[in-house]
Amino acid sequence: MANPLHLRAEVLTNVPDAAYHRLLLRAPGVPERARPGHFATLAVGGPDSSMLLRRAFSIHRADPEAGTVELVVAARGPGSRRLAEAAPGETLDLIAPLGTPFPLPDGPVSALLVADGHHSAVLFDLAAEIQRRGGQVGFILGAAGADRLFGVERARELTRDVLVLTEDGSAGMAGQVTGPLAQAVGAIEASVVYAGGPVPMLAAVGAIAAELGVRSHVAVEAAMACGVGICMTCVLPVVGEDGVSRFVRSCTDGPVFDGSRVRWADIGTVPPDLEGAAAMGVS
Amino acid sequence: MQPQDVDLRAPLGSTVLPNPLSTAAGCAGYGRELARFVPLDALGTVTTKTIMPQPRSGRATPRLAETPSGMLNSIGMPGAGIDAFVRQELPWLAERGARVLVSIAGERLEEFAALVERLNGQPGVAGIELNISCPNTADRGLFFASNPATSYDVVRAVRKVTDPELPVYAKLSPDVTSITEIAAACVQAGADGLSMVNTALGMAVDLDTLRPALADGTGGLSGPALRPIAVRCVYQVHAAMLAERIPMVPILGMGGIRSGRDALEFTLAGASGVAVGTALFNDPGAPLRILDELRAELAARGFAKYTDAVGLAHRPL
Repeated sequence: MANPLHLRAEVLTNVPDAAYHRLLLRAPGVPERARPGHFATLAVGGPDSSMLLRRAFSIHRADPEAGTVELVVAARGPGSRRLAEAAPGETLDLIAPLGTPFPLPDGPVSALLVADGHHSAVLFDLAAEIQRRGGQVGFILGAAGADRLFGVERARELTRDVLVLTEDGSAGMAGQVTGPLAQAVGAIEASVVYAGGPVPMLAAVGAIAAELGVRSHVAVEAAMACGVGICMTCVLPVVGEDGVSRFVRSCTDGPVFDGSRVRWADIGTVPPDLEGAAAMGVS
Repeated sequence: MQPQDVDLRAPLGSTVLPNPLSTAAGCAGYGRELARFVPLDALGTVTTKTIMPQPRSGRATPRLAETPSGMLNSIGMPGAGIDAFVRQELPWLAERGARVLVSIAGERLEEFAALVERLNGQPGVAGIELNISCPNTADRGLFFASNPATSYDVVRAVRKVTDPELPVYAKLSPDVTSITEIAAACVQAGADGLSMVNTALGMAVDLDTLRPALADGTGGLSGPALRPIAVRCVYQVHAAMLAERIPMVPILGMGGIRSGRDALEFTLAGASGVAVGTALFNDPGAPLRILDELRAELAARGFAKYTDAVGLAHRPL
């Protein structure tokens, strides 16, 4: 379990980036603790806000020297819209870092990093860390359209191996990130795939990686109320090391999971063989 | 009166706690995660999430929907079961000096009794809270606390086998026609206190999927949206106690408490303890903040003792 800080973080800058907003927050102590894959939560509004649930965002950059973290906000509902409009000078209620980060390779590996839209935010510090360990990375970045792509330039700063796809063909090749996945794994001789995105994409990435015999570590974004492990709302059915399937919390056990262990097709159900399903009257 | 001079001691049954603040069942897990934000021994009690006999997976997702000033949940009381709780969680809580109010639930009377027998004499246990009012049970609204006779039976069965030193609290639902009748049945059956209230059954429909927002359709409403209903329940039951229609026992008030002011409101309505639930999801540090705020609110009104404020709203001006 991460050892998070809870603090009032000043918004230093709020930069629109494609369809998203990059919030740079002053958060002393947080960047030192943050590892690639960790996330942060923000409260919406003050102590009288009618929106009680915290919003979760992956940590895009953690800069220990500056004492800052950068979050990428996609405005989807009234809460995230409010946060996307946060003005420099304003303070936000931040808890970070949270969750279990990406497992890092001990030595040099070749890794393929795959993401949809702003979900790529979680992958860039990871890529830099893999390179620091003597490894190499390739990216496949996709989105519905050009305005939903995130981080293509940053990926290109890190490596020449960047594939871009949009579903409407408005940037890069037309198609989804899973299309060229198998070929890209072969091209850079990747032994591991890291991914961020919506559930159907992560399910497909996990399945393709398993077929190719490479490991996959995927960062999920489940609906959660607290982000710290107490509300029990963000669970996914996951096969444990002991072979037993359980509901596990994506906020504490995740957000990073082994893509081959998540029972993607069973999300939204209580599978009968899940531990504790019998007590729910499921059989 | 200075805030630091206010005596916050509060009752749990016939025992005395250093302060009136608890976590609400199901909102703080078994304490491990919350301990990163709040020293557990600083709370009056830590109420566990509800312990049942067997491991339970809980319900399908989505289990959560945000609603105005609140949320709906259909979590379904997941947990590892009583054996794992007694073996792994309770010793950990006891080591940290937590006073643990153990929330338990069973499907039959014998299950409740068997759970209590496992908890008698265990370190750290300060009391038992009977969750007889969770809307997320297999039979939905048909929980024990929807009926005075079944409430009486379960409290009686538990009180009979519980260590006499341990207070037994019954947790009541606001979704009943007359909460005073249920409260009376519980106290007559031997309840040492009442926890009021559990969530109210609610629902939301997702306008994107055009289907219920929760996988199981309905769920429990919690948060400040529930507060006026909870305060009303506490007020009605405390009034019945003052009128001697129910023997006087402490009420642990809960339902949307987010600040010291909210805690004081419940207290004035008749609660002699307060529990923080959904507010923990927004602010896991809320318990200590609320205690500080409560101290200040009491001092500002000249209360030397927390208990002096209990039920004050019932007195004529």
